[in-house]
Amino acid sequence: MAAAMPLALLVLLLLGPRGWCLAEPPRDSLREELVITPLPSGDVAATFQFRTRWDSELQREGGLSVLLKADRLFHTSYHSQAVHIRPVCRNARCTSISWELRQTLSVVFDAFITGQGKKDWSLFRMFSRTLTEPCPLASESRVYVDITNYNQDNETLEVNPPPTTTYQDIILGTRKTYAIYDLLDTAMINNSRNLNIQLKWKRPPENEAPPVPFLHAQRYVSGYGLQKGELSTLLYNTHPYRAFPVLLLDTVPWYLRLYVHTLTITSKGKENKPSYIHYQPAQDRLQPHLLEMLIQLPANSVTKVSIQFERALLKWTEYTPDPNHGFYVSPSVLSALVPSVVAAKPVDWEESPLFNSLFPVSDGSNYFVRLYTEPLLVNLPTPDFSMPYNVICLTCTVVAVCYGSFYNLLTRTFHIEEPRTGSLAKRLANLIRRARGVPPL
Amino acid sequence: MGLLSDPVRRRALARLVLRLNAPLCVLSYVAGIAWFLALVFPPLTQRTYMSENAMGSTMVEEQFAGGDRARAFARDFAAHRKKSGALPVAWLERTMRSAGLEVHTQSFSRKLPFPDETHERYMVSGTNVYGILRAPRAASTESLVLTVPCGSDSTNSQAVGLLLALAAHFRGQIYWAKDIIFLVTEHDLLGTEAWLEAYHDVNVTGMQSSPLQGRAGAIQAAVALELSSDVVTSLDVAVEGLNGQLPNLDLLNLFQTFCQKGGLLCTLQGKLQPQDWTSLDGPLQGLQTLLLMVLRQASGRPHGSHGLFLRYRVEALTLRGINSFRQYKYDLVAVGKALEGMFRKLNHLLERLHQSFFLYLLPALSRFVSIGLYMPAAGFLLLVLGLKALELWMQLHEAEVGLEEPGGAPGPSVPLPPSQGVGLASLVAPLLISQAMGLALYVLPVLGQHVATQHFPVAEAEAVVLTLLAIYAAGLALPHNTHRVVSTQAPDRGWMALKLVALIYLALQLGCIALTNFSLGFLLATTMVPAAALAKPHGPRTLYAALLVLTSPAATLLGSLFLWRELQEAPLSLAEGWQLFLAALAQGVLEHHTYGALLFPLLSLGLYPCWLLFWNVLFWK
Repeated sequence: MAAAMPLALLVLLLLGPRGWCLAEPPRDSLREELVITPLPSGDVAATFQFRTRWDSELQREGGLSVLLKADRLFHTSYHSQAVHIRPVCRNARCTSISWELRQTLSVVFDAFITGQGKKDWSLFRMFSRTLTEPCPLASESRVYVDITNYNQDNETLEVNPPPTTTYQDIILGTRKTYAIYDLLDTAMINNSRNLNIQLKWKRPPENEAPPVPFLHAQRYVSGYGLQKGELSTLLYNTHPYRAFPVLLLDTVPWYLRLYVHTLTITSKGKENKPSYIHYQPAQDRLQPHLLEMLIQLPANSVTKVSIQFERALLKWTEYTPDPNHGFYVSPSVLSALVPSVVAAKPVDWEESPLFNSLFPVSDGSNYFVRLYTEPLLVNLPTPDFSMPYNVICLTCTVVAVCYGSFYNLLTRTFHIEEPRTGSLAKRLANLIRRARGVPPL
Repeated sequence: MGLLSDPVRRRALARLVLRLNAPLCVLSYVAGIAWFLALVFPPLTQRTYMSENAMGSTMVEEQFAGGDRARAFARDFAAHRKKSGALPVAWLERTMRSAGLEVHTQSFSRKLPFPDETHERYMVSGTNVYGILRAPRAASTESLVLTVPCGSDSTNSQAVGLLLALAAHFRGQIYWAKDIIFLVTEHDLLGTEAWLEAYHDVNVTGMQSSPLQGRAGAIQAAVALELSSDVVTSLDVAVEGLNGQLPNLDLLNLFQTFCQKGGLLCTLQGKLQPQDWTSLDGPLQGLQTLLLMVLRQASGRPHGSHGLFLRYRVEALTLRGINSFRQYKYDLVAVGKALEGMFRKLNHLLERLHQSFFLYLLPALSRFVSIGLYMPAAGFLLLVLGLKALELWMQLHEAEVGLEEPGGAPGPSVPLPPSQGVGLASLVAPLLISQAMGLALYVLPVLGQHVATQHFPVAEAEAVVLTLLAIYAAGLALPHNTHRVVSTQAPDRGWMALKLVALIYLALQLGCIALTNFSLGFLLATTMVPAAALAKPHGPRTLYAALLVLTSPAATLLGSLFLWRELQEAPLSLAEGWQLFLAALAQGVLEHHTYGALLFPLLSLGLYPCWLLFWNVLFWK
């Protein structure tokens, strides 16, 4: 994703305290049910049930929702929808509360494909729509464009039409500048009957990429063969001078048998001892391994956390229908308080833009980040579930039977038993001869 | 079983085996060779077919049209490469980045155990460049690889050009479900090995390399490309990998499908495939291809950079553009379309390629012989060793019975059990000596190269090869009469016991080799079995000795070189053959150290000592 230098566009729509829940509503006017299932492929499946469907609601309203055109949205590198519901105080003393509903849709456009290799963009090129009118129900309808200048020297990009106002704030520890287009401002749309915001780079934006985040991570399986392997997680702290702790949470399926004594954590070539380890071993077919560690990441370093495992043989009914695809191992979860470059001030919820107030900061000196690494695909030893498998089973049986008889033949000695013709006298004579050391008769 | 447990019938059967041993051995050997030759005829060779559902039913439409772009990239690349004298890393990075890939580099260095005179390198350091095309809406769990190995000479520029043009074309498409890695490696296979080891975070061969910055999950399949001209007359496909590993047959089927679809001329082992299988011409031509494949697979070296991927269970093959004097030529667009089609179909894969055969022989591109059909050939050959061993065992046993019966030695001593009678104590010394020779052959040449260069006017590489040959020959002159000191047994029983052990040792080794690398096992069995079966200290000993020397592992290697060049229709003179033989010895040792090829340790630690045992048997008196 980083190569594409994608444009993240966050469309936030509010049907907040001023919308549905204006008066004291009856308790069951909004019936809801939420099921959240984390999938091993890294996704989190969330199933909501609302009495109103949000897309139909949006389609009717106009405003920003005219941009939500399915075929463009599904042409992107990434998209995610979310709904947040929370109680908010209706007055200073918080004697009564309202429920706030937020629906978010985040889309990552592949600037390389939509822009034919250039990184310029416009609303029309992304959505094949332009904005024509504000939402009649909305009390606030705005478009924010991130125009932060990372290069200190001069202006490198320009937006068209020029914004009437700009907004500066601290987002995730860095100062950002946004151009604001207020659709309720009548001058904005009336001039040309539509608003098509465009962004142009003045120079090729090779070195204009936003700085990499202070904390990022990578995960992979190493080793080859179907017996053993190693899970490695690389934690990058790119902050030039601040170290900070990270809580690393790994859940590994039981069929990868972890060797905990092989757990090694190294930063800058030295062993890094975690200040806290919680390990809950797996139980076959019941629960996965759970490994939780608090690791201090030194400034400007890469920390490698690796642990070896052995692949278990499953029972043959336990394989998935596509066993040769491999088995997913869920991502590691990193939680950290990342130090800010610029201290943020506490936000005033009502006044600041929506995207800023979703995850409010409590302390200005750092901000909370939760990261999920990529999921892994691990191949387990897989029998060939086809005709040859049956043949192998049959052959093994035959070989086992043959082996038994041959082993029997090879380890036993056979003697021809002479018929017992001798009389008692002869046997007695032989006894005496044997005692004398003379060959028997 | 009843037959064997009845002592009377058992004795009759044993007599039969003893009396008919020689004809049975000859029959079995001939049957083995005949079976192998029969593999090219239609009932045993079958048409290939696509087994993988995900690649079979859907037809893709190739849209690649970047022929000019590929040629322009190739020209630029060649110019930059000429200017800098190495891989133009910065240019590649820039070009890949402007094509919209996520680009990383990896530097590596490796000091070879001794100078490689074929490739003219000793202290190797280089940089690999790779760009990752991230599939949209995917979590980077699976990937495909397109790789171009660049050597020190100026070949393969067109392959890099085509790789870059394909990358630019692929980047614009939205249908990718797997990430695609475009990899350009320096120092051909060494670079590929360094990259693969770093990607899987293992160190197999002692390569020093920087860790990779970007990964793309489990690699599902890889295609290596070698092109050195703007137009090609045909595409040659190489499948034989490290230690004789082969990719899944479906990958080859996929290539063949797109050869047919694009009307491309495709060859295997440089041979066109015969059209007519009903007459004798087709199978005979198929036999040539088959023998070439057997020789290549038996060599255990990676024939193209795809061979190194196979260790990591990544199905891979190498496509080589051949430009010969034929009239009709294809441009890069045709090759690019074939590659595009292959990648789109591989992109459809839901599981790793596993449906089709992993162990097969190819008499032609569209014909194959499965493992079930070719294994009997090796089985018949190994049966000879089994029959001989059985005969020896019975003779030893009978000799013992015979010793006791007429002698009737009176005395209090009870008769010894037969296993003790074989006299294992006398075998310890020859076994230890030959194994020690094998160990010396494995260790000394590389360890002692510096000593050799100090005392003799030779270069390191020469020193290694000459030490190899010297130790090999010295093994023949070792004292083989230790048994006289150790044991006072009847002389016949000693060599028979030794030969029995040697036969079983050889049969076990060849059986194991044939299971993992059929070609090598079969080739060694064909040559070593007759001499091994014949070796004994009576009769025409000089004839036996000559036969044994001619079928020793080194002589087999020399003979294989001549046969190989003969099949390629480029016969060797004796002097050339000898030079090639020396180079092959050096390459074999080098490949063991740089890629982990197992042929050298297998021959020096396993088969050479075993062969020495037969030599020992021959000169028992």
